[in-house]
Amino acid sequence: MIAVSAEHIEKAFCAHTVLRDVSFSIPQGEIFGLLGPSGSGKTTLIKILTGQLAPTSGSAALFATRSEALTISQRRGVGIMMDEFGVYERLSCFDNLKVFAALHGIDRSAIQKTLEAVGLSDCAKIPAGKLSKGMKSRLRLARAFLTSPQLIFLDEPTSGLDPAAAEEIHAMIAAQKKRGVTVFLTTHDMTEAEKLCDRIALLDEGRILVSGPPAELCRRYNRLRQITLRLSDGTELSFPADPASAPAICALIEQGRMETIHSSEPNLESVFMTLTGNKLNV
Amino acid sequence: MRSVVAVLEKQIKDTWKNKTVLIQFLMFPFMTILMNHTVRIETMPKHFFTELFAVMYLGMAPLVSATSILSEEKERGTLRALLMAGVKPGEYLLGVGLYVWTGCMIGSLLMVFFDDYTAKQASLFLLVAALGIPFSLVIGACVGIASRSQMAATSLSVPLMLLTSFLPMLAMFNASVEAVARYTYPQQLKVLLVDAERGMIGAGSCLILLGNGLFLLVLFMILYKKNGLE
Ligand SMILES: Nc1ncnc2c1ncn2[C@@H]1O[C@H](COP(=O)(O)OP(=O)(O)O)[C@@H](O)[C@H]1O
Ligand SMILES: [Mg+2]
Repeated sequence: MIAVSAEHIEKAFCAHTVLRDVSFSIPQGEIFGLLGPSGSGKTTLIKILTGQLAPTSGSAALFATRSEALTISQRRGVGIMMDEFGVYERLSCFDNLKVFAALHGIDRSAIQKTLEAVGLSDCAKIPAGKLSKGMKSRLRLARAFLTSPQLIFLDEPTSGLDPAAAEEIHAMIAAQKKRGVTVFLTTHDMTEAEKLCDRIALLDEGRILVSGPPAELCRRYNRLRQITLRLSDGTELSFPADPASAPAICALIEQGRMETIHSSEPNLESVFMTLTGNKLNV
Repeated sequence: MRSVVAVLEKQIKDTWKNKTVLIQFLMFPFMTILMNHTVRIETMPKHFFTELFAVMYLGMAPLVSATSILSEEKERGTLRALLMAGVKPGEYLLGVGLYVWTGCMIGSLLMVFFDDYTAKQASLFLLVAALGIPFSLVIGACVGIASRSQMAATSLSVPLMLLTSFLPMLAMFNASVEAVARYTYPQQLKVLLVDAERGMIGAGSCLILLGNGLFLLVLFMILYKKNGLE
């Protein structure tokens, strides 16, 4: 079963084209990461996929229903976390979720369970405005989880969080995958994408450059693999990782001048640089 | 229906924490009670303060609260989250409208309760309030819908609120203001309130109110068509 599909999506705001011929499909149960620098069109794509915005051309579908035509009960099966969806600052965490629980006819025990799942059960009575940034992100995550959706969209769920808080969010996302939930997340953090995602797509200026499992992409674009030697006098030498470098490296080892040796594997950052000549985290 | 109730519930929970709206609901009722119990002038007509402040209240409180609630939810993005969760724009507006209407009715109730009205006078007074609140409420909703930010909404709602709440008072002191003001709903609400005391409601007032109401509804619809809720 295909959970999310995009076919030749184009989006332009007036004369400004933001998405160009974006196509992909995500099978159920997969964590799919959309990786791209800020301004590349990630949020716009999520809005189109979830039916908040109509594409200029092309089409988006969730579980084979066109995104614009989703019924209310189908929407209930889709959790969305976006920066633009604020929380009620004056209401407690519990009451924040209760507003949405009431909309969907969900009972109190489900609210408690969701708060537990995101580690906020101790803060149930605290006004959302008093939460730290990481906790607020977890509350917004809780809102996306509340209806126990089969498909979740997360727009930069960890942006602006410290590593420890981001780590906790990663664990919660991974826990959703265990339940068989499909997750579509956007990020400009390549380590996050490498760690969490089954498959990623690199987006640049509205175009998908490549997509596939992170490890496979790194292998495919391994031009940048290098071997770096640190010599006893403190200098560092880098060689391309191919047989031609062997004699020089051997010589250094024989002369006893080598202190450390390591190979730098291409990561998504270097793949992105190879493809665009730009850095990812701008 | 479930959505309307959810919106209403959320607003009720927010009441004690939302100072802007709480002050709007209670300021004039408290001022009325205070003035009625402290200031006694022999020549002053009966219910002078209650009527004066009630008209100001009907012109100000629904307008400012509606604008504040709407523009805050727009700016914070909570409205967006509600709409994505399947709340229809009409249901949202109805929920907020019912909440503001009820809040202002409670305020009006306080005003008559603490003044010596007969049961009949009191019910007519409340009837006028019940009819009057929606006018300012619709103006407040218009401002909320038309403005991009809370700041913009405030800078628009303050002059409008001054106009709707102070016009009847200015009309008391100036005949030419009165000549214009008589065609607006705040002035007619004042006329009705005074009539209510005498136990009758004039047909002319009702006609002007109807005209005002139609005008505001059309304005609201145009703005809603143009801007939507977001
Ligand atoms: N409503 C809009 N009107 C005009 N331009 C927009 C609108 N929304 C987004 N954009 C433009 O689209 C581009 C991509 O934005 P966005 O999807 O938010 O990128 P990202 O989420 O990857 O940072 C940006 O250049 C932004 O200015
Ligand atoms: Mg974005």
